[in-house]
Amino acid sequence: MTELKYTVKDFKSENEVRWCPGCGDYAIMNAVQRTMAGMGVPKEKFAVISGIGCSSRFPYYMNTFGFHTIHGRAAAVASGVKLANPELSVWVMTGDGDAMAIGGNHFIHTIRRNIDLNIVLFNNQIYGLTKGQYSPTSDRGFRSKTSPFGTIEDPFVPGQLVIGARGTFYARTIDGNLKLSQSIFQQAAGHKGTSVVEVLQNCVIYNNGVHQAVTDPEHRADRQLILEHGKPMLFGAENEKGLIMEKGRLKVAKIGENDITEDDILVHDAHDADPYLHLSLINMALPDFPVAFGVIRSVAAPVYDVEMERQIEEVQQTRKVKSMDELLNSGNTWEISGNGESKSEECPVKKLK
Amino acid sequence: MIKLEEVAIRFSGDSGDGMQLTGTLFSDATAFLGNDISTFPDYPSEIRAPQGTVGGVSGFQVQFGEKQITTPGDYAHVLVAMNPAAIKANAKFMKPGGTIIYDSDSFTEKNLKKANFETDDPFAETNLEDYFKIAVPITSLTREGLKDFGLDNKSVVRSKNMFALGLVCWMFNRPLDYVEEFLKNKFAKKPLVVDSNIKVLHDGYNYGLNMQHMTPSYLVYPANIENGTYRNVNGNHATAWGLLAAAEKSGLELFLGSYPITPATDILSALSERKDLGVKTYQAEDEIAGITSAIGAAFAGDLAVTTTSGPGLALKSEAIGLAVMAELPLVIVNVQRGGPSTGLPTKTEQSDLLQALYGRNGESPVVVLAATTPSDCFFYAYKAAKIALERMVPVILLTDGFLGNGSEPWKIPKMAELPSITPRLAKNPDSFQAYKRDEKYLVRDWAYPGMKGFEHRIGGLEKNETGTVSHDPENHQINTEIREEKVQRVIDLIPDLEVCGDEEGEVLVVGWGGTYGHMISAVRELRQEGKDVSLAQFNYIKPLPENTKEVFSKFKKIIVCELNLGQFASYLRDRIPGFEYRQINKVKGLPFTVAELKDGINKLLEE
Repeated sequence: MTELKYTVKDFKSENEVRWCPGCGDYAIMNAVQRTMAGMGVPKEKFAVISGIGCSSRFPYYMNTFGFHTIHGRAAAVASGVKLANPELSVWVMTGDGDAMAIGGNHFIHTIRRNIDLNIVLFNNQIYGLTKGQYSPTSDRGFRSKTSPFGTIEDPFVPGQLVIGARGTFYARTIDGNLKLSQSIFQQAAGHKGTSVVEVLQNCVIYNNGVHQAVTDPEHRADRQLILEHGKPMLFGAENEKGLIMEKGRLKVAKIGENDITEDDILVHDAHDADPYLHLSLINMALPDFPVAFGVIRSVAAPVYDVEMERQIEEVQQTRKVKSMDELLNSGNTWEISGNGESKSEECPVKKLK
Repeated sequence: MIKLEEVAIRFSGDSGDGMQLTGTLFSDATAFLGNDISTFPDYPSEIRAPQGTVGGVSGFQVQFGEKQITTPGDYAHVLVAMNPAAIKANAKFMKPGGTIIYDSDSFTEKNLKKANFETDDPFAETNLEDYFKIAVPITSLTREGLKDFGLDNKSVVRSKNMFALGLVCWMFNRPLDYVEEFLKNKFAKKPLVVDSNIKVLHDGYNYGLNMQHMTPSYLVYPANIENGTYRNVNGNHATAWGLLAAAEKSGLELFLGSYPITPATDILSALSERKDLGVKTYQAEDEIAGITSAIGAAFAGDLAVTTTSGPGLALKSEAIGLAVMAELPLVIVNVQRGGPSTGLPTKTEQSDLLQALYGRNGESPVVVLAATTPSDCFFYAYKAAKIALERMVPVILLTDGFLGNGSEPWKIPKMAELPSITPRLAKNPDSFQAYKRDEKYLVRDWAYPGMKGFEHRIGGLEKNETGTVSHDPENHQINTEIREEKVQRVIDLIPDLEVCGDEEGEVLVVGWGGTYGHMISAVRELRQEGKDVSLAQFNYIKPLPENTKEVFSKFKKIIVCELNLGQFASYLRDRIPGFEYRQINKVKGLPFTVAELKDGINKLLEE
């Protein structure tokens, strides 16, 4: 392939971007466009597929092939796109309503099959496009137009669903952290199989500040653990805190206290096939723990579209039937001769005249 | 020796008795001899209903003859019954004076009770006293014949269907080599199974030969059908192969997104077998993913198909609307079954017609076709793909359980003789716009990911010509009308409606889809009786053939026959007004019988 020199501009479409001013989606799109520009993939080989919701407007703003489909079905449509042409780089843009509620079934089964798709899950814990109803990721007790007295149900934790569906790649980022997002999108794009990137996204109109406790610059260092494969799980303004394992559970420890040294701190292994520790990291929540970000899980496993092509190739190597004519004449056939040569008549009754 | 022009045999027994295989083997052997055949498997929806009960009876009817056979026969001349429940379930399908061969070993007090017989005379209870009955101790003769094989009891009992098959082959003068060949291939790795089955098959045949004084033997001459190479095919296989043929002809890869559902699953499995021809089959997590993955594949440049039955079509409705809006080529096959809801999953019906035509939100026109015989499912699946690819439109092909499972001999077509398929590929990136159309057919061009310079966005929102989202009232009105008109303009790919019979006359019998076999038989018989009756059977539902009105206007009376409460009749009243449409309707989960059609038409003639 010749060197492809794209800039972010090459990936912006002529359509006016119509997200609300201050919407977290702008930053996410910026990170995705930067990632795509640097991938060395010809622009016509990108397909961006979305369902319904604010985030699903995404394809219209991208100067790639794009398909804005129907509510919840983006992952299923994208699966068909990838299987039709495995050479494509296929991206699914979806939200917490789209992927966790109406599209929950497609979400888990796509992950289970490990089709090579890049799923970007915009999680703002609210239905924004329909103007503010609680979503499957809203916290218990959350008040909204459809839960004026607070919800009486627990939310999904998207990462748990990914692990439960035997996911091979899961990462978490924040809309405002462009650098982190871009790095994660690059790794997601490089991953063979279904990658899920959950982006904590702020809906400036209907759920403003939903992730404030985590993103607030004042406490950010203490409340965010940015994971990197092979690096110790350290956080805090001076990297003075870290995670240790005690009695089979994660625990926050301070270096220097209770004889804890940096050597005691767990080292992140995103490639560990056993999802146990990954799940523990996904489950970490304030106030006892920081929230984990970065690529939490990235393991190699058979990829559906690769296997599909391999199976077809394998069968074709020893095939007896190579064309339709051969298929039509295979198996039990017999000859009729000695009868009329006339074409068969569509309406045999005409003979009766 | 009794000579017959046509004869119908019904094989019937418990779900586990192997009656479907027995029937299929007999049918294939018969077609092989040059008889025309038509088959009708009639099986319960439970895989194993309680053994010996009427609910668990599985039947297979085949009619064959020396003339053209268009139906599996209203009634059976010969019934093979493996247990009392089979007698109970099939008494109503017997031709007066017919022959019943039954396994006398299984007519025990216990089994009679299981089948809810109140006395020890099942034939009296079912009014079959005047029939010719042949009691054969099939189970014990099978056991005796296999005593030296060292088989366990289960395997021995499982072979008794071969005894019945052997006996029927003798009665109808069928040589056994076809069946032997089948057994040798099927169980190539299990010589004991081959040998034991062939032994029992011969025992059955010889039993007939030795007992000539009590078993009638029939002679049916080969049919006078067109020269050529033939094979047996059922509707679901023919559909699968028609789609394969369309993929090869159009030069596209075939993608099937589907979810198992009776009676359409066979299409999914038939195509799953064809990795040798590069088919991509995707068993999705649900009906919706079945169609949406297919829509994705259509967006990405494959010949995309989804297959289903009525309840599945309902689940796909919203996605069909997306394909209408996005104007992508998509084939949707609906093998209709009894409804509503779960309804009668294994039984046939034509009650999804209006769902196919209208069952979506918004103005959502699609092309609707219907196949009329098991073998022409091949051609209409092919045609559905041709229309979808050339006109960038979703096409719904309606078949039904009767066509899907029924089989008939099929003169094998040659690929070179099939019409060309030219997908609407975009050619010039500089002038490409997502919804720019040609003036003649109103079709947009197809450009898919991977085609350099054609990057564009489509979706479920209303767009203007360039592909930009538009809420403009005028634009929506225009596009809504265009989408409808685009479907109507498919008419140039649709042949005129043919009339079987006379161009004009007293009564025109009108049908559509899978009822053809019974309709043509009824009309043929009525004409032989001197009645002024002709038939018009529709394959093209939307759009309707151009000459429909003209054809109708040449007849004094029109009678629309269908397996629902009058859906096509009401569609015709709407689309072709000005005629009085009389109706014959049936919703019993069964095909019409020729007799009931004739009765209905005769009544109308007397009016």
